[in-house]
Amino acid sequence: MSCSRRTLLKNAVKGCVAASLPVSAFKFLSPAEARAAVGDPAVRWGFLVDTTKCVGCGMCVKACKKENEVPYDAAVTRTWVERYVITRDNKSHVDSPMGARDGFTDQKIDKLEIAPEDIAKAFFVPKLCNQCENPACVQVCPVGATYKTRDGVVLIDRKWCIGCGYCIMACPYGVRFFHPKYKVAEKCNFCYHRITKGMDSACVHACPFGARKIGDLKDENDPVTQVIMNERVAVLKDEYGTKPQVFYIGLDHNVR
Amino acid sequence: MKNHVLRPLWVAIAFVALIFLARYFLVPSDFGVQGESFTYNYHRKSNVQEWKDFQVKYLGSDVCVVECHSENGESLMASPHAIIECENCHGPGVDHPETEEPAAMSVDTSRLLCIRCHADLNYPGTARAAIPGINPDEHNVDSECVECHNPHNPDLEEM
Repeated sequence: MSCSRRTLLKNAVKGCVAASLPVSAFKFLSPAEARAAVGDPAVRWGFLVDTTKCVGCGMCVKACKKENEVPYDAAVTRTWVERYVITRDNKSHVDSPMGARDGFTDQKIDKLEIAPEDIAKAFFVPKLCNQCENPACVQVCPVGATYKTRDGVVLIDRKWCIGCGYCIMACPYGVRFFHPKYKVAEKCNFCYHRITKGMDSACVHACPFGARKIGDLKDENDPVTQVIMNERVAVLKDEYGTKPQVFYIGLDHNVR
Repeated sequence: MKNHVLRPLWVAIAFVALIFLARYFLVPSDFGVQGESFTYNYHRKSNVQEWKDFQVKYLGSDVCVVECHSENGESLMASPHAIIECENCHGPGVDHPETEEPAAMSVDTSRLLCIRCHADLNYPGTARAAIPGINPDEHNVDSECVECHNPHNPDLEEM
């Protein structure tokens, strides 16, 4: 076969045009018609944890597991409470047996007995999904199964998730896990079904001491927003740039 | 042009068309960018409603006490245990108010429930230290707490 450079280039252009025809017949995304509002963009959910009020009873963890149908006896949980005991030799001891589902009822930490006189300070730190402004877990999802709603909550589409686990690795806070029953990624969503009905999240509701509170960060009269604006609060792992929306009162530098 | 040059081209075009045809049927119509950002808002829109429709299980003490169980509410609300939600001990209400099925409720009267707060951990500076505590390994080991203490009125003077 003889083929001059001219005919080769001509045919290549023709081929490209032909190949691109079916591309324009279908669309990659359906942007405009699907751009209708998701949630209420006037609301931005935020969370406030007062570690000084937490007594480590674990009622929040129990309520969360029952409310959200997380398998009760499996070692996975959407929220958990960590116990920190800092001894006088400046060692940090941390534990969270079963995510504190049954609270902290024993002086021993990971089978280690610490004498009361050796304790410099001790405290409890509840943890949950930070519903980050820049969620790393969402960025890595290869199929669009996890996303941020207009009101700032990160959700997981159980029908769309392929269970690859990238998001579980990407979260700097370790809040994601693999759901043993549905075989998809799972995490705290501030009890989206409750907050959108005007109720508190199940953990907030169950906490007898008011250590957990949820509010609307766009409403400056909201008690949670007032505290975040006017008092000294901190977030976890600020250096990751994820901009967490869970704020802590009384956060110690030993907390990881 | 010769046939053997065109033939693979048609195969390639057919292959690309097949991919787009499969996409057309497999991808839901509401899948796309639902907001400003492709990075954070690329998803199936109806999933938001699916999460909103998830069933609520914990109804709240307001529902329990105000609407039905006022007889238990009065003594409880005067006690230090008023801060504890009914359902923390009695279990989630779910559809109990509609079905009025007492069997659906399961009250937890175990020691394990009480010692969540009342096991003495002796951590100075925490709120836990302010709660009256016992050593669960020494304090009436074989008895349930509720045999002596009334959880609705835990006053030790009135025991």
